[in-house]
Amino acid sequence: MTIRTPSRSIFRPNKVPSQDILRENRRLIQDIDRRGVLRGALSLGALTFLTGCNVSEDDQVQTVLRAVSSWNDKVQSWIFRPDHLAPTFAESQVVKPPRFNAHYGIEDVMPVDGKSWKLELSGLIENKRPWTAEELYALPEQELIIRHICVEGWDYIGQWSGVNLKAFLQRIGADLSAKYIAFHCADDYVESIDMPTALHPQTILATKYAKEPIADPFGFPLRLRTSTKLGFKNPKWIVAMEVTNTFPETFYSKQGFNWFSGI
Amino acid sequence: MRPESTVHTHLRKFHPAPVRIMHWINAVAIFIMIGSGWKIYNDEVIFGWLHFPEWLTIGKWAQHGLQWHFFGMWIFVLNGLAYLIYGFATGRFRRNLVPIRWSELVATIKESLRLHLAHDDLTKYNAVQKILYIGVMCVGVLTVLSGLAIWKPVQFSELAALFGSFQTARLIHFLCMTAIVLFVVVHVTLALLVPRTLVAMITGGPTIDDATPPEPAAETLQNARSAP
Repeated sequence: MTIRTPSRSIFRPNKVPSQDILRENRRLIQDIDRRGVLRGALSLGALTFLTGCNVSEDDQVQTVLRAVSSWNDKVQSWIFRPDHLAPTFAESQVVKPPRFNAHYGIEDVMPVDGKSWKLELSGLIENKRPWTAEELYALPEQELIIRHICVEGWDYIGQWSGVNLKAFLQRIGADLSAKYIAFHCADDYVESIDMPTALHPQTILATKYAKEPIADPFGFPLRLRTSTKLGFKNPKWIVAMEVTNTFPETFYSKQGFNWFSGI
Repeated sequence: MRPESTVHTHLRKFHPAPVRIMHWINAVAIFIMIGSGWKIYNDEVIFGWLHFPEWLTIGKWAQHGLQWHFFGMWIFVLNGLAYLIYGFATGRFRRNLVPIRWSELVATIKESLRLHLAHDDLTKYNAVQKILYIGVMCVGVLTVLSGLAIWKPVQFSELAALFGSFQTARLIHFLCMTAIVLFVVVHVTLALLVPRTLVAMITGGPTIDDATPPEPAAETLQNARSAP
């Protein structure tokens, strides 16, 4: 079962309003959030006794639940062990092909043309020259046979290879003291991860699955694979990468999924 | 040997206020965890024949179920820890949950089968009650541990390894939920059959005088009688 999200409406504008105003007023928004927690907490106790009454969409309840989710982001960053390796597996356990998942069906995947494709770089990076697939595929590879765990509850073992993200960040002169890395994808998907996860030894920009170039539905020509996050934190069909200190909201965090989503 | 002069009456309720507060906080936490857990389960079922009715679940979509679950976990874990520490530190567990005697257990089961439940004294748990209360606490701890193994199979990989594979941990977490649901069904049914027990968890129940421990002689006698 895929994560059920509303299909893209034809009435939805292609360009979303600028998020800059949110960024500039982050402090004010957080202050409002804090007051909301107190207000919400009072009504929450009473609300939970109302069985069968769906309160999850209620704005005040969402405010509380999202505040707790942000707190859980912090807790997860404290729990995170930067050098602790995820279990790895034997080649014989690898599932081929990997399991597909997106917020749309596999038949709606729009393949990326590897010849014209480029990886754009932006933000706190010294050398922002775009990379072609050929250049990226020529970089030293690291192979990971790791468990992919979906937020829904299923899992499979996959064999991914590609350049180590930390090595790539060093190569392009990224500011490794920045807080976040954001990924923009060919299907308008946006995902972001924290810097400690980006620097984890088992985080790669994957170009191959089971020693073959990744097939179209699974992210050709470039996707992220990290052993320490849920599946949806591993964006496919990456077209741009940004190193930033401004928190980048993501496709799923906007919908209420936990942002850090570490495993 | 206790000198006569230090004996003073110390009256307290059978369910002191902290126990009552923690009990009802736990009731709310269990309600949140099970309702939201069913929502999460429905998104990727373990058994094809089992989907929980949507109206019984908490949260509109999966993400809301997850939000509730990872909110409720703090209430359940912090309150549960406080309860365990309180139970051990004050001697409540030692006083109420042990010893469990075989003869008593057999007798209670026989009586229950004859649909005769003795409950003249609310302050004395029978052997079945003791086993159920200890059992559900152990299940609660296992629920948290298997939950942690599912939530953080990499950061807590040592713990996760104890549960075998990721899906085994999920199954154990599910079975723990099942055990808790069964406990709640029995617990609530019995509380409704003997409403005094329900009232006691609100008002505190009978007053007990800590200063008059049971006569040692009587206890020895009872031990001798109940010995096989």
